[in-house]
Parts: sequence; structure tokens; C-alpha cells
Amino acid sequence: MSQWTKHDLLDLEDLSKDELELILTTAKSFREVSSRDVKKVPALRGKTVVMLFFEPSTRTRISFELAAKRLSADTLNVAASSSSLSKGETILDTAKNIEAMNVDAIIVRHSCAGIPKVLADNLGPSIINAGDGCRAHPTQALLDIFTMKDKKGRIEGLNVGIVGDILHSRVARCNITALNKLGANVTVCGPSTLMPVGVEKLGVQVSYDVDDVISKSDCLMLLRIQKERQEDKFLPSIREYAKKFGINKERLKKAKKDLLIMHPGPTNRGVELTADVADGEQSVILEQVTNGIAVRMAVLFLLLGTKEE
Amino acid sequence: MPEDTKIMDKDDVKRAVMRIAHEILEKSKGVEDLCIIGIRTRGVVLADRINECIKEIEGKNVPCGVLDITLYRDDLTLVANQPIVHETKIAFDISGKRVVLVDDVLFTGRTIRAALDALIDFGRPSCIQLAVLVDRGHRELPIRADYVGKNIPTNRDDNVKVILKENDKKEDQVVVEKGKIK
Repeated sequence: MSQWTKHDLLDLEDLSKDELELILTTAKSFREVSSRDVKKVPALRGKTVVMLFFEPSTRTRISFELAAKRLSADTLNVAASSSSLSKGETILDTAKNIEAMNVDAIIVRHSCAGIPKVLADNLGPSIINAGDGCRAHPTQALLDIFTMKDKKGRIEGLNVGIVGDILHSRVARCNITALNKLGANVTVCGPSTLMPVGVEKLGVQVSYDVDDVISKSDCLMLLRIQKERQEDKFLPSIREYAKKFGINKERLKKAKKDLLIMHPGPTNRGVELTADVADGEQSVILEQVTNGIAVRMAVLFLLLGTKEE
Repeated sequence: MPEDTKIMDKDDVKRAVMRIAHEILEKSKGVEDLCIIGIRTRGVVLADRINECIKEIEGKNVPCGVLDITLYRDDLTLVANQPIVHETKIAFDISGKRVVLVDDVLFTGRTIRAALDALIDFGRPSCIQLAVLVDRGHRELPIRADYVGKNIPTNRDDNVKVILKENDKKEDQVVVEKGKIK
């Protein structure tokens, strides 16, 4: 297996197939730690991890924090609203001040694409992208793929359908990149207004018929309709979206028996999927959350675990 | 020119494992509360073999676990080559149990130190004992083995290589390679 050499995790575009597989294998080993009575190993003792979040987040932030804590790293949170940023300091200055306190990693989320890259280019600590605008959210895609591999035993040759707001979705883009590298067949599906122009150039099939996608898929990944990014009217109404693209029990009759229903959360029940589907036996939405900690532990360990050459 | 010396062959390994199994049973007075945990990678194979011998002797298996000590290493921040983290599988509660930890070679004792820390995170065994196929000396920590297949005097820079067919696809043997460790 390949050696890990990367200093930052900004996008899955930067990783080779071997590196993606190394993360997935390492994550599998880490999953066991969270099932122990004493949920802690000393691997990152003495390391400091700072979470710099400029966008609201519950799941990702808690997941990263637990991952770091279960590796014995010290963590702290900087919420943008209560920091010097509200006093006019630039992001880079804030980050440089954090760097001056000798931290080992900064986990950053920002509504503007490219911020993690700017920080990585200018700072010494490892930068982990926890979502930048509509660009990338590497650990989410990794945990999605980890869950698929765990359930299906493979990624190569899987038919993965991604349904919803493809245009604004960093999760979709990141998943497409990594799933292509690992040999899955990806089909994206959604209203044409939420389908990026030229999306097929990413190496995916495009469909506007959700029933067709359901019947062919092994895994169905639903994306949240991001109300905060719907200022321009992309949809006539949420209700119309739910009617045309929402997943319900009736639609799933045409699905394969072992179809996986996935969602990066937070879910809008009654919009992307109905409650009975979200809680149904094909749904692995909560397992994704559990696996997220293992994946983030693997990423932190690979980035911070050993001395840099 | 470094020379390799074969210290144990297939039959020597087999006899040593069988003797260790007998000694464990003698000391524990049977299989009650006994469990065996192998340290990755070759300790796992040896643990399985010891368990087979125990079954041969007593007619009963004991619980067997797998321990990966990577996350407990004291040199993680010193090594540049990323060690691959493997899964730890201990599917039973070790609290109150007599744990026999199994490894292939006992050298500095640092692996065992890490393994002890890891085990304690899983519970409070009534005792922990150590079984190794080879003790080659040069301890850096106050650790000793309870069951030893063979004591081999070595130089600090010799490499002791344990070859087991399950892992290495070659006939069982123990080889000393002169002057291989810098």
C-alpha cells in the first residue's frame, strides 16, 4: 500500500486512488476504537487541533472534534461570529495568529471556495477542508464512500445515483471525483436549473428521470435542497421538487432490494425523502454519521500521526 | 559480508509452541478464565497455533483476540514512515480474565509496553502474561516474558526474522541476520 505524504487535505482531486484507499483502510481500523468502553487511543497526544468554522455546522464540527479527542489531541473551537473577524481582521490574519500559538492542524469551513487553499499556501499547520463554498467537502465524500464500501464490499462497478441540488453541492462534486477514481459509475439527477452546465465533463451520466435512476442504482445519495443558497429562484416551489424528485416508498418499489439510501444531512423530511424512507431499512443515514468519526480519525492520524520528512 | 544463521527450523518452532501451550496450561491450571491475545502480525499466527495446541490438550478452545499497537507506539512522532494502522479485534471482555499476550520476538520491550497500555484500555484483567517465540535480549524497559520458545543471544544490530507459513508463504523458521539494524 502507498505511503502517505500529503500535508493538507483540501480536495479529493489531489489524492491518488491508492491514497483514497489508504484512508478507507485506515478508517476501518479506527472504527473499532469508538466501540470500546474507553473510547480513546494516545496516538495524537500533545497535538492541538483548531476548528475554524465560518459557516454553521453541527455534524461535521462535532464529528471532527470527537475524532480528534478520541485520538487524544486537544481541540478548540473558533466561531467566526464571536472572534476578531467581526472586528475587521482578515481571515489570513486570524489564521496566522492561531498558527503563532503553535497548533498542529486547522480545520476550516467557509462559504467561499478556495479559502482552505489560501490558508494551506500561507501557513505551516496542516489544513483540513471541512467544506468550502460549492467546491469541496472531502471528509464527507470519504465517509459516504466508506459507508458504500462497508455495505457493498466494493466500490468498483457500483452504480451510484446522486439526486438533488447538484449545482450547489460540494458533497456531490467531491463524491464524483473520488467515485470516478475508484471505478464507480455515477449518475447525477435533479431539476435542470440545479444541474451545472457541462457536468458530464466530470465523467458522470446525467438524468432527469429519478425513477429510472432509482431502478438502476446500488446506492442512492440524496442531497439537501439548500434553502440558504436558493436566493435566485431555482425551483418554482419546494413542494414541486418533492413531488418530482422526492424519494418515497412508492418510488422505491422499482429499486433493487439492497439499494442503499444515503444523505449527508441535515435532511429535510418530506422534501428530499419521506420520513418512512429516512427511517426505513434501506437507509444508512445514521451509519454514515457513525462512520464519519472513523474517517476523520483516519485523516487526522495520517496528517498528524508521524514526523514530517 | 553479513551471514544469515538459521536458529530454529519448522520442527523446532512446532515443539516450542507446543511446550508454551503446556506451560500456560500448567501455570493456569486449565483453561478457565484464560484468553490469548496476539500482537499483529506474527503474534496473531502464534496465538492461533497456541490455541490449537490448547484444544488438542484440553479439548477446549479459549477466546482469542488480535491487538494492533500502532496507536500506542512511543515513537510515532519519531518515525517518518507512516505505519499502517490495522484493526484490533477483541470480541470478549478481558476484565477478570487471565490474559496471555503473544508476540514473535521480544527485543527492546517497547512493543509490549504499548500492548500493555492498549490492553488496560479494554478492561482490567486479573493478570497479563507474556509468551514469545524468541527472546533476543537488549531490553530497554523492565519487561520479561513468562513463556519463551527460545533464548537467542544476539548483537544489538542483528535482525531476528521469524518466518511463519501463514504470513510469509514459506516454511516456518527463525533466522538471525548479522548487522542488519543500523
